[in-house]
Amino acid sequence: MSPRRVLAIVGTVVFIVVFAAVVFYAKRGLPAWARRAPQAVAATAPAPAAPPGRKIKARLFYVADEGTRLTSIERDVAYGESADDQAREIVAAQIAPVAAPLVSAVPPGTTLRAVFITRSGDAYVDLSREVRSAHPGGSVNELLTVYTIVNALTVNLPAVTAVQVLVDGKEVDTLSGHVDLRRPLAKNLAWVQ
Amino acid sequence: MNARPLSVFPVAITACLIALMTALSSQTPQPPALSLLSKDGRRPLPILLVGDQEFVALDDLAAAFQLTVREESIGAVTVSYKGKTIVLTPDQALASVSGRLVSLPAPPSRNGRRWLVPVEFISRALSLIYDSRLDLRKPSRLLVIGELRVPRITVRYDPLGGSGRLTIDATPRANATVSQDAEHLTIKFDADVIDASNPPLPAPGPAGLILGVRLVDATTLAVDLGPRFAGFKATSQTVDTTMRLVLDLLTTQTEATPAATSAVQPALQPAPDLPPSFGLAASAFRTIAIDPGHGGDDEGVKSADGLKEKDLTLAIARRIKSVIEARLGLRVLLTRDDDRNVPVDERTSVANNNKADLFISLHANGSMRPATTGAQIFLAAFDKDAAQAASGGGERVPAFGGGSREIELVPWDLAQTRHLDQSAAFADVLQQQFPDRVPLSTHPIDRAPLRVLESANMPAVLVELGYLTNAEQAKLLGSDAFQNAVVQSLFDAIVKFRDTLAAGGTR
Repeated sequence: MSPRRVLAIVGTVVFIVVFAAVVFYAKRGLPAWARRAPQAVAATAPAPAAPPGRKIKARLFYVADEGTRLTSIERDVAYGESADDQAREIVAAQIAPVAAPLVSAVPPGTTLRAVFITRSGDAYVDLSREVRSAHPGGSVNELLTVYTIVNALTVNLPAVTAVQVLVDGKEVDTLSGHVDLRRPLAKNLAWVQ
Repeated sequence: MNARPLSVFPVAITACLIALMTALSSQTPQPPALSLLSKDGRRPLPILLVGDQEFVALDDLAAAFQLTVREESIGAVTVSYKGKTIVLTPDQALASVSGRLVSLPAPPSRNGRRWLVPVEFISRALSLIYDSRLDLRKPSRLLVIGELRVPRITVRYDPLGGSGRLTIDATPRANATVSQDAEHLTIKFDADVIDASNPPLPAPGPAGLILGVRLVDATTLAVDLGPRFAGFKATSQTVDTTMRLVLDLLTTQTEATPAATSAVQPALQPAPDLPPSFGLAASAFRTIAIDPGHGGDDEGVKSADGLKEKDLTLAIARRIKSVIEARLGLRVLLTRDDDRNVPVDERTSVANNNKADLFISLHANGSMRPATTGAQIFLAAFDKDAAQAASGGGERVPAFGGGSREIELVPWDLAQTRHLDQSAAFADVLQQQFPDRVPLSTHPIDRAPLRVLESANMPAVLVELGYLTNAEQAKLLGSDAFQNAVVQSLFDAIVKFRDTLAAGGTR
């Protein structure tokens, strides 16, 4: 077999494989690894590769002046590559200390350990033990702490439908004896002014 | 060369073990013995503590109850009494009593040559084959054998403004006669023995009226009188299986009750002109569970000047119990009557197991904004999936004697879903009682996924009485006047709610 003939056969085979792949993915869509942009933030951040310092607008929640409800403000929050990353950035921004006149319902010293989002849209937010140990107590305080976290994720990430708060990696009954945290809680804007 | 260390090791290890066991045994004092009460008198039965579980030795039981204990070759232990047999298997928290399986809180265990069984073995297994009644009263460390009349006696003292009230309950009912001499009131019960060890008799009341209550002999209590004691009025009533003796203690007239206090205490004064409304026999509304929030190391919210939520809720719960029981004749259960941490499910269990008709959890609130004030009433909230799960309906189960029957299954965590309408009705009634008495929040009624309400299988609300994080309100919450106003509001709300139910209003 002459070298030219060999080259022609190899070239034909490569062409057929590439053509078949193009036709296959055109019909089925790209594989998951090739689709980098997270579904949750696609609307606000369509470009897959974000330059450092890129921000999204997120709605964060703080204790309203009257003390029994939350109030929301829009804040710039660091862009996250995946839905998990974005959720982490939002919670980190939400629990960060704030200056007066804002008052956070999350006890000072609370840090974020991890965030996971399941396929069914439940987010698990794992907070450090200070969220319990430094909690001042009272049903209203506890409701506002919990719904600060729940609403921060469910309002800003449409892919998240409910949030369960974990403490130190474990499920907990309550933070200070009132609000049932044994299952994910859905968005509840009744606690927002 | 090697022989020496080898021979030293066993000695050293044994010495360490002995030291360790000595240390452990000195750290875990053995609990007091159980008292066996029978017509022949009182005998002790030693109790051994292993971990948290109390055990009795089978040979002690055998001697006390004429049992035959035999160790079988297959490892089982049989306990026989007049031809009936209990079979125990090591490592299994079960006993086979004449072929019927009963559970035990722990497996039998061996201590040297003796077999130990959990103390509950007596009530769950032995009582089934023994020919006299065995009534194990673990909290009071009593085992009553046979048909003795051993009523449980609880004594409570409530200061009422300048005077005071002693409430003495005997369950099952036992009549009592009260006599007075210069220094004592003597209360003698018509019983074989009284069980007055649990709860312990209350500490002395305020100096001047009574100095204390103590056990004089097996059937008699004595109330030591103080210098301000002037007289008493005794009334007795029967509530379910309890005989209640109420002694209203009168003071000398030299010390007037402060006018400000008496003005806000209408609910707490004895009401000689208004006989208690006992027309409730036909009503299904008989029991109320009051849950004083928090307790023990869970202090709840704390005010700047040190008032703790756990103490406030208990004080108010006790006042409510005293007033409602005395004036409405309803049974009031407290989910805790002392300063201890009660798990949430246990609080609801008290209400569910006693088939309470209303559950009220008392709390004091906290806000990150110190200006926030006002009482709030909470109802449970469930998401849609939970509500659907709760309405799952019944299930058919096999019945004794063949066939099957349908039982209603109520998921524990969702029991409240069926009562939300009535809970809301009670919240409305209570809210109407608060204005002019208890300042209300801008959101007087809210719904929230509160853990303690979710499992309540009856109308249930959680009342946040006010904010301890507000200095002015904290002062108010700690005052007698405010606490009496709360009690009066709850009293009125309960009466209205009960009447609405009796009229078929919300059922």
